[in-house]
Amino acid sequence: MLPRKGMGLDSVRAIVARDLDYSDRFEVISLPGGDSIRLATPSSGGTKTAHSDRTLSAALNYPLYQALGADFALDITAAGDTTVGTLHDIAAAGVRRTVRAVVPRSTDPEFRQAVHRLADQMVQAALGTAGIAATRVLFVKDGKVYQIDQDGADQKLVSSSDRQAMSPAWESDGRRFAYMEFQAGHGWLYVQEMATGKRSAVATTGTALDFTPAFSPDGQTLAFSRATEEGTDIYTINVKNNCCLRRLTVGHFSDNLSPTFSPDGQRIAFVSTRPGLPQIYVMAADGTDQQLFAPFDYGVTGASNAPEWSPDGQSVAFHRDVAGTLQVFVLDVRTRTVRQLTSVGRNEDPTWAPDSRHLAFVSDRSGYRQLWIIDLETGRIRPLLQQSGARLPAWSPRLSEAPSSTP
Amino acid sequence: MKSVSLLLVIGLGVAIGAGACASNPPPQTAPQPNADSAAAAERARQDSIAAAQAEADRRAREEAERVARQREADSIAALSHTAEEVRATLATMIHFDYDKATIRSEDAAILDQKVAILQANANLRIRVGGHCDERGSDEYNLALGNRRAQAAKQYLVSHGIDAGRIETQSWGEEKPLAQGHDEAAWSQNRRDEFEVISGGDNLRRPS
Repeated sequence: MLPRKGMGLDSVRAIVARDLDYSDRFEVISLPGGDSIRLATPSSGGTKTAHSDRTLSAALNYPLYQALGADFALDITAAGDTTVGTLHDIAAAGVRRTVRAVVPRSTDPEFRQAVHRLADQMVQAALGTAGIAATRVLFVKDGKVYQIDQDGADQKLVSSSDRQAMSPAWESDGRRFAYMEFQAGHGWLYVQEMATGKRSAVATTGTALDFTPAFSPDGQTLAFSRATEEGTDIYTINVKNNCCLRRLTVGHFSDNLSPTFSPDGQRIAFVSTRPGLPQIYVMAADGTDQQLFAPFDYGVTGASNAPEWSPDGQSVAFHRDVAGTLQVFVLDVRTRTVRQLTSVGRNEDPTWAPDSRHLAFVSDRSGYRQLWIIDLETGRIRPLLQQSGARLPAWSPRLSEAPSSTP
Repeated sequence: MKSVSLLLVIGLGVAIGAGACASNPPPQTAPQPNADSAAAAERARQDSIAAAQAEADRRAREEAERVARQREADSIAALSHTAEEVRATLATMIHFDYDKATIRSEDAAILDQKVAILQANANLRIRVGGHCDERGSDEYNLALGNRRAQAAKQYLVSHGIDAGRIETQSWGEEKPLAQGHDEAAWSQNRRDEFEVISGGDNLRRPS
């Protein structure tokens, strides 16, 4: 990488580099020697300033990058308020894709998300699958809901009242989220718009303890847990028309809670205490065909909780009590086998990134509870937040419109 | 894993007010009455006897009032002492085993006292709050806390208390009583709390 002086571009460069790193799909090569290295072939005269996008593209020193072991070279230039990302395919010795994005000034609150979307486009260009840079994580700390970018930047309070809140959950288009708030001895469910902070209480809430809301993929239905004299059961309500409460489970002597929709909206995974300890069950979205989902050994396997269905539909992440502490597990939906992901410290409440290969979760592995991110492919783990007390994370879908692209 | 080299090139410029009080002059001495007259002396003697009698009567009346006030105050204190005791008995918490919502046998006596208080105070309504320790899952603990609150309510109802007089709520692990991270703290936090919703003034002791 080259040392650079441009104000805005410095940040763009750093953000994109970190996004590519955090995607866990690239090994980012830092060029040794900084700008003393010859980026372009001698015939181009080493031009690396104005309009170098075109100049360099034409004359990029592909053999040099090939010698460094690079598969791609990413060239980012800025002209006015337009930032241009050019992805070079080293082996093919040509430009794979050029993306033009309007990136606001670095003081603009939308600056980082615009850069993240550019990074995601570069990942898409290189691998054919979008990145997860333009995403955020909601979490609870000291009873308030906060958001934070996936790279740990821009932590912001989103709770709009002083009451104690729990269990934020995204709508699948990322425009709204639902959460629970303690109020007058009950648990109230609210749906809040991300852009405006405007919120409204869900119909029929406020008469009991309602908690763990989950949006259906089409955003029309909210499934949730309701605790009453009869115990806790799963209900759905139509949040588009604010009507039509339906009860999906009738537990009697067991509790049913923590619903999570499959991405096709056909099924709901949930927690049930019908075997004694809580375990992971599944049912059709209308409440029929209830059955065990994640296998367990009766009398041996510990309590299992907090399921979340992956965006690709293939897995359900949850946590399970192992020898008195919680660990993150993943259920393979097709084979119905489980594998344990974590073993260091207490690890709980996993939530999927939109790429279905990263999970954010709560861990006390560093001595206090904070948010971490694990890549299931490489096993790499990084802290998302260096603050104690964060919990109940919810990872967003990819956010907002992508910038215009010229392939 | 694919490798990518970051090549980044800059483009063109990115470029009070206080009032004083006058004191009044001292009053002039009044002229002395003529005291040589015997009749006048006798009148003065009679007057002083009457004054002394009136003074004695006033003191006796005041003392009687004082005693009455004291007695009243004592009895109010006694009453509120009873109410305070009853209130404390009513608020006595019960505790649970880990991940359990079963009433412990030693806690049944605590609930029996609440049954008696609820029977002696017909207008009393209470709220039972179920709580958990931090070991379990955050969201599951809301369901568990609900079970614990319902367990106490069912006990009271099964002993004759109208269900409509008892509200329940669950706080999960959100309101720990003890802040530690060991069994000493956890055992205190796995609890039901009892609070008065209404009818809590002048609580009567069960007979």
